[in-house]
Amino acid sequence: MPDERHAGAMSDDVIQLERVVKRFGAFVAVENADFAIERGEFFSLLGPSGCGKTTTLRMIAGFEQPSAGRVLLDGVDVSNVPPHKRNVNTVFQQYALFPHMTVFDNIAFGPRSAKVPKAEIDRRVGEILEVVRLGEFWRRSPSQLSGGQQQRVALARALVNYPSALLLDEPLGALDLKLRQALQIELKRIQREVGITFVYVTHDQEEALTMSDRIAVMNKGRVEQIATPRDIYDNPATLFVAGFIGAANLLGGTVVRADGHGGSIALSAGPTVEAVLEPSLALKSGDTVTVMVRPDRIRLAGPALGDAQAPRIAGRVETLVFHGPLLRVDIRTASGSIVSAHLGTDVAIADLRPGDDAALTWDPTHSVVIPDYKADPVSGIGATEGIEST
Amino acid sequence: MTVLRRLAPRLLDAWAGVALLYLFTPIFVIVAFSFNDTGRFNLIWQGFSLDAWKQWTDSEPLTDALTLSIKVAAVSTLAATVLGSLIALALVRHRFTGSGVTNLLLVLPLTTPEVVLGSSLLSLFIDLGVSRGFWTIVVAHTLFCVSYVAVTVKARIRGFDWTLEDAAMDLGAAPLRTFRLVTFPLILPGIVAAALLSFALSIDDFIITFFNSGNEQTFPLYIYAQQRRGLGPEVNVVATLVLVVSFGLSIASVVVQRLRARPA
Ligand SMILES: Nc1ncnc2c1ncn2[C@@H]1O[C@H](COP(=O)(O)OP(=O)(O)OP(=O)(O)O)[C@@H](O)[C@H]1O
Ligand SMILES: [Mg+2]
Repeated sequence: MPDERHAGAMSDDVIQLERVVKRFGAFVAVENADFAIERGEFFSLLGPSGCGKTTTLRMIAGFEQPSAGRVLLDGVDVSNVPPHKRNVNTVFQQYALFPHMTVFDNIAFGPRSAKVPKAEIDRRVGEILEVVRLGEFWRRSPSQLSGGQQQRVALARALVNYPSALLLDEPLGALDLKLRQALQIELKRIQREVGITFVYVTHDQEEALTMSDRIAVMNKGRVEQIATPRDIYDNPATLFVAGFIGAANLLGGTVVRADGHGGSIALSAGPTVEAVLEPSLALKSGDTVTVMVRPDRIRLAGPALGDAQAPRIAGRVETLVFHGPLLRVDIRTASGSIVSAHLGTDVAIADLRPGDDAALTWDPTHSVVIPDYKADPVSGIGATEGIEST
Repeated sequence: MTVLRRLAPRLLDAWAGVALLYLFTPIFVIVAFSFNDTGRFNLIWQGFSLDAWKQWTDSEPLTDALTLSIKVAAVSTLAATVLGSLIALALVRHRFTGSGVTNLLLVLPLTTPEVVLGSSLLSLFIDLGVSRGFWTIVVAHTLFCVSYVAVTVKARIRGFDWTLEDAAMDLGAAPLRTFRLVTFPLILPGIVAAALLSFALSIDDFIITFFNSGNEQTFPLYIYAQQRRGLGPEVNVVATLVLVVSFGLSIASVVVQRLRARPA
């Protein structure tokens, strides 16, 4: 799917941000956001609190003007167009339903503002109520609806305008876990059904991973990486992304050999490992790097040395945690670092006990090398070594 | 201990009853004495009569004063409500240079003694060569009512969810339409409450009016002038009417709010 989208020379971008900067006084809330969102895409903005997700969304909606750069909707520069003249609609975090109007009037608000004929409004509202499965609730006032139902009204109220894109700011943030999960599926269904572009703000990495076609990971106002969920997980571009999404072993090391595509890295945790070095990273011998390995890519190494190419880290079992579907093993190496592995539950209990000597190994292609110049000096991720788990 | 615990609520009830009695006795006396069978001096109960109720409109100075008071209250309430609500909206919605000072200046008319306010207004009118009458009363009343309205509306809209305005604009409503369909209906109860307060304050005001009325006589001024010659029961009739009307308005506003909260 993603390949198909990128293959076409004619891109169909609904939203384009061109070197967009947003400053509040001296504070830079969004720094050089530069990306495009394709028609029909489920695009997520993911990042920790305060990283600028809402600000980015508000610039697309028109509630904030960029301090620099341009915002384009359907190819037209709208940087200075007010929100009521932009063909995008927002689902607000607290829904922002009009408390003095019924569900029907809430949903009809947009079409009425657009002077859509009455019969057409009735038809559209009825139709969208079916899509969000709230048919019988049209006469109620918002205060008589549950949180999940209010959420759907907010969704219907936005979708009924057939926007170019729907902007959702943590739409499930106020709901409990079970309802959240149910509505995640529901949202995906609705998005497929109406085929409208969704720009989805969340700080929940699991939500972003399960729902999105592509994710933009933001940190302190910067977009650190834009890629498919699989790509973000497998090949995080920065230490921040590696640490923020999923669990990650972050092992410090130094490049001792670099040639074309490959090289070896001396890990401070012990061994020297072979790894793929992306040519674009332009790494050379002596550069300090971090090697990221997902715990679920790590296996127990047998007593035999096995594949000489494969990395092997030996240490003492520090903790063993049974998680149900997986068994988490942390080993402490001679140098004191912790390496974590998520093993399948086919490993017999008798095989491992805390205090045992054990060795871990993984496929060298699963090492992701992140140069230290991409480390985040402020958050401290990357400065410390070990497991980052969310 | 248990006795005390059982007794305590009773005591509290009794105490509340006494307090209410204290509050309502004067009102009760006013209403009762509107039925007094008496001439000019309505001080001692003489017997039940409906005469005052039948004839209260006969006293032309009284009805004139009442009409003037109502006119003044209506005009100054209208002016003060529009001005005060807009000030309150501006102050709550935006931080602008001078908003802090405006906030401070706003409460000044509320805390300044009325004598000072009234007399300084009078000297202002004299300096400007404005002859006192209906419009100077209106200006004076609008002045202090604006403050009350602004403060009341401000307090009421402090909790207003401004993302509702964002939502309306997001749905294609221009700023005016947003105000008409979303902001205004939602802050209306606060504005109505402020307008009622403003109306009551205007009807009630004596001191400031006294300085700035020229030859005009509002209802409070009339009563003041009359009481030296003795106040008849028709004054109690008017007072009772005012009571009934304001009581009716309060009930109406509660009922309206209840109806609104109910499903459509
Ligand atoms: N109007 C404003 N004035 C000043 N600073 C602001 C303003 N709006 C946002 N900011 C700052 O910009 C930064 C980014 O805010 P934003 O709301 O975009 O974060 P976010 O990623 O949506 O966070 P959250 O997950 O907590 O909602 C924050 O540090 C915030 O304090
Ligand atoms: Mg936010």
